[in-house]
Amino acid sequence: MTLPVETTALTKRYGEIAAVEDLNLSVPAGEVYGFLGPNGAGKTTTLRMLLGLIRPTAGRVRLLGAEPGPASLARVGALIEGPAFYPYLSGRANLRVLADHAGVRRTRVDAVLDVVSLTDRAKDRYATYSLGMKQRLGLAAALLKDPELVVLDEPTNGLDPAGMADMRVTLRKLAASGCTVLLSSHLLAEVEQICDRVGVLDHGRLVTETTVEDLRAGGALRVVADPLPNAREHLGRLFGPSRIRLDGTALELDVNPEQAGRVNAELVGAGFVVTELRWHEPDLEQTFFALTGGNPGAA
Amino acid sequence: MLRDIRAELTKQSRRPATWLLLAVAVVLTLTFGYAVPYAGLSGATSGPPGSGRGLAAMLPDAFVGSALGGLPIFVGALALIFGVLVAGSEYGYGTWKTVLVQHPSRVAVYGAKLVTVALAALAAVLTLFATTAGASALVASLEGQTISWPAASDVLTGLGAGWLVATMWGALGVLLAIGLRSVALPIGLGLVWLLAVQNLLASIAAPLLDWVAQLQKALPGPNAGALAAAFGASAPGVEQVVGAGQATAVLAAYVLAFGALGGWLLQRRDIT
Repeated sequence: MTLPVETTALTKRYGEIAAVEDLNLSVPAGEVYGFLGPNGAGKTTTLRMLLGLIRPTAGRVRLLGAEPGPASLARVGALIEGPAFYPYLSGRANLRVLADHAGVRRTRVDAVLDVVSLTDRAKDRYATYSLGMKQRLGLAAALLKDPELVVLDEPTNGLDPAGMADMRVTLRKLAASGCTVLLSSHLLAEVEQICDRVGVLDHGRLVTETTVEDLRAGGALRVVADPLPNAREHLGRLFGPSRIRLDGTALELDVNPEQAGRVNAELVGAGFVVTELRWHEPDLEQTFFALTGGNPGAA
Repeated sequence: MLRDIRAELTKQSRRPATWLLLAVAVVLTLTFGYAVPYAGLSGATSGPPGSGRGLAAMLPDAFVGSALGGLPIFVGALALIFGVLVAGSEYGYGTWKTVLVQHPSRVAVYGAKLVTVALAALAAVLTLFATTAGASALVASLEGQTISWPAASDVLTGLGAGWLVATMWGALGVLLAIGLRSVALPIGLGLVWLLAVQNLLASIAAPLLDWVAQLQKALPGPNAGALAAAFGASAPGVEQVVGAGQATAVLAAYVLAFGALGGWLLQRRDIT
């Protein structure tokens, strides 16, 4: 089966600087794929290469089974590095211009304006739009061709919480209709809520490519009991010292969540006062910083 | 490519700057072709030397020259600015990516821009012809002169010449915009060349250095001036340094060269 997006050893260098290095990416059909990475990781450069806007220094891109070009791009909608339109034209006129360039009937414009809830402001000049409205117009432009693949670069930038929720719903609807979505983001919560699979990019390299669930795997049972050192010794005898670590004022116990009852009974039975016992799942942010070597406190 | 042309025409026709440039071209042409000369003519208490010639240049049978008089200099500058806006604004607004991800080929989009520049040049020259014809008829009426129009063939060849000159400057604007990937710098450099360097070469360097005088025969400005002069235009920068045939060939070569070079640059460069 043809993959909507496939890259092989994709590389882009600017002089000595490698913006993207040896990137092997594959996005199956119908998936919402999150392209995650800090600013400057190479996400936008990769997306530009996918869309034929910049040429790779090395490697290969296959978009819907073909080289990026007018033929393959005819089935791709995209919003790259923020919305950009003609400020003196209305939202509708901007989309009509793009419909002409896309070879799409101008009647399609009103349909996509409706999808992004911009019909009421369609006659107003783009220059008067809020950032969120501009972003929605960008999404409308990406949907003009009724695409099989949608590539979105930071699609929720500038959106308020309601707008972000709307965007999530729209993207999910797209995926449900069989459209493949590739979106880049540096917002972990966004990726966590929208995406099926995630590729984490750092310094131009793909650090990992996995499902959101797998990325978050590796939870632990968090235990707060008094006295803590004695509780640690006691649990160490039961489960082995290597499966216990101290995390501030709590213990992290590397066991299955189903073991919580037994742990509680053992501690209470031994006379410890248990004040907290819960399954602690590492959030995506922690995993992300662990993968990219970033420091969450530095920002 | 027809749909790309329609898109480009929509962009430029709805752009206020397009109409402002056209209005400025008309006002300047009428001001320096009719208003100022006529004021000088009617303000003179006695017939100064050449006053008869001044009136003759404003009458209907000479309107083609008046319409073309500004093209080598200020109308040319406005055409260059228009060309820069057509291509350079895509960099300024960041819309190259917005357009190109809709899957037209770069060649088609670029070709549509050149066609739009050529159509706008034609519209501008037609407007200049219409307004100068009207002004010349008004002068003839005010001065009680017989209204005698030039032959249709002269008007048509004049239109063609004006179109070629305006398109050449517009194509240079497109090339500068793509070469420099911006708006302000191409306009600045284009105007410095068109309004300053060309005049310095013609008035200072060419009389002193023979090779500069020869070089003038191959530069766009002097050839534009020579073509306008062939239709009776009289203005700064309008001088018959070469014949009309050679000027036409040189200007057409420039249109092709500017167009090809701009397309080659756009095709091979990354859109960042």
